[in-house]
Amino acid sequence: MSAAAAETTTASTAPLDNGISFVEEISNLLYASKGNAINTCIQCGTCSATCPVASGGFMDNSPRRIIALIRSGFKEQVLKANTYWYCASCYQCTVRCPRGIDIAELMYGLKRYTVWKTQHQEGLIGPVFSETFVKMILRSGRSYEPVLATTYLFTYGLPEMIQEAQTATALMLKGRLPVLPARIKRLDNFRRMIQHIIPLGDKE
Amino acid sequence: MRTYAYFPGCSLEKMAHSYHASALETSRALGVELQELEDWNCCGATAYFHVDELLAYTLCARNLAMAEKAKLPLVAPCSGCYKNMYFTRDHLQHDADLAEHINAALAEDNLKFSGDSTVHHLIEVFVNDVGLAEVKAKVTNPLKGLRVAAYYGCQILRPRKHAKENVEQPKFFEELVAACGAEPVPYLLRLTCCSGALIITNREAALSMVRNLLECAVRARATVIVTACPLCQVNLECYQKQVNKEFGTEFNMPVMYFTQLMGLALGIPPKRLGIGSELVAVMPAIKEAQETEPALAAK
Repeated sequence: MSAAAAETTTASTAPLDNGISFVEEISNLLYASKGNAINTCIQCGTCSATCPVASGGFMDNSPRRIIALIRSGFKEQVLKANTYWYCASCYQCTVRCPRGIDIAELMYGLKRYTVWKTQHQEGLIGPVFSETFVKMILRSGRSYEPVLATTYLFTYGLPEMIQEAQTATALMLKGRLPVLPARIKRLDNFRRMIQHIIPLGDKE
Repeated sequence: MRTYAYFPGCSLEKMAHSYHASALETSRALGVELQELEDWNCCGATAYFHVDELLAYTLCARNLAMAEKAKLPLVAPCSGCYKNMYFTRDHLQHDADLAEHINAALAEDNLKFSGDSTVHHLIEVFVNDVGLAEVKAKVTNPLKGLRVAAYYGCQILRPRKHAKENVEQPKFFEELVAACGAEPVPYLLRLTCCSGALIITNREAALSMVRNLLECAVRARATVIVTACPLCQVNLECYQKQVNKEFGTEFNMPVMYFTQLMGLALGIPPKRLGIGSELVAVMPAIKEAQETEPALAAK
């Protein structure tokens, strides 16, 4: 919080992307959100108080602060924040917001924004994990846990790595880890279906 | 006989195979037929919605369209799968342009979304469709003396699905536990997040959140935590050792699926409910509770 508070940068005065302001840009990401516009936020802080991650002190900017930063056009600070990548999608903020803003969906929107612009904070596991997960599903149609382990294990120190290996071994002994990846049967159809939505390369 | 298109989801194939086994056993005992959706695909978890919303809806819509083809309501035992498919249906029903776009993609797999199949979580099937009175009537082995922390987690309840549902003070999970003859304890953090996928993306935050949930269950003198989501189960159970290591605690709290609890109450042998594949053994706690029960009753 203190680092963010110490920022001397003021609101972005750079030319607007596509002629729209940052707050409009972010609002446009909330395509399927049924909630109210973030401009209706009264900065009450219910979201931050109710968030188990923010109240545990793990976010560098609280959800309330992120909304304030977006509205004031502090684009750089928003893109640098870890807030949305540390959102676990529990939707407690969404159901409690007195202004009916779908804050959890806003967090999803911000994740997508930084993934597209590849401008997320360095060192976060979240974006790498999500992209690996998506590629895995495009390949097989099903999830396969061992592939996902590669996205975070390299960030761990030795003690954490050992603990993680112990957990994995215990699960394997109980027959709870898959040996081979599963895949769906109509994979060709599935991939053609995906190509309607996003362009896929020739391979993978 | 009530019949549903059953979407097990990726977790239930391996990590939570005991949830799969107990879901099928319990359903059979209660006259519910779960027909596994043929060639189902991953619901996209949370990761897809982090990357591309349209793609995420397409994945869910394929499963929905297959359930429609089978002319059956869709049921998911995982809270994440349930939430994703529930809201995909909701968005597509209210947005004809979105539905048209996605239907053009689904045509590649000879499928079409129309919104005919409703989406349910497995616990809703037992609570609302079968009904608690019916469950209670079929209980042959009431789990007397078992102190249960009924853990809702997040996505069964949130985000809100209808305007007036009770997302702050729900009661159905405790009532289901009581119908099984067990004793639901007041579990303060029953609606607080298990940390979800943060267990991978932010270990420090996740372990701290898991610790809070375990500590709260111990304070409520629960013998077991009961969940309705494979991710909640994995986080609360499989990461207990790591929590103990990081925080110097000594938690040894069994975490089971509500279908396993129901199965035991319905007199199904533990092995057929997948009991034995957990890392913190469930049966000793249950046996102990049942043995001490007469003594408690005598007081």
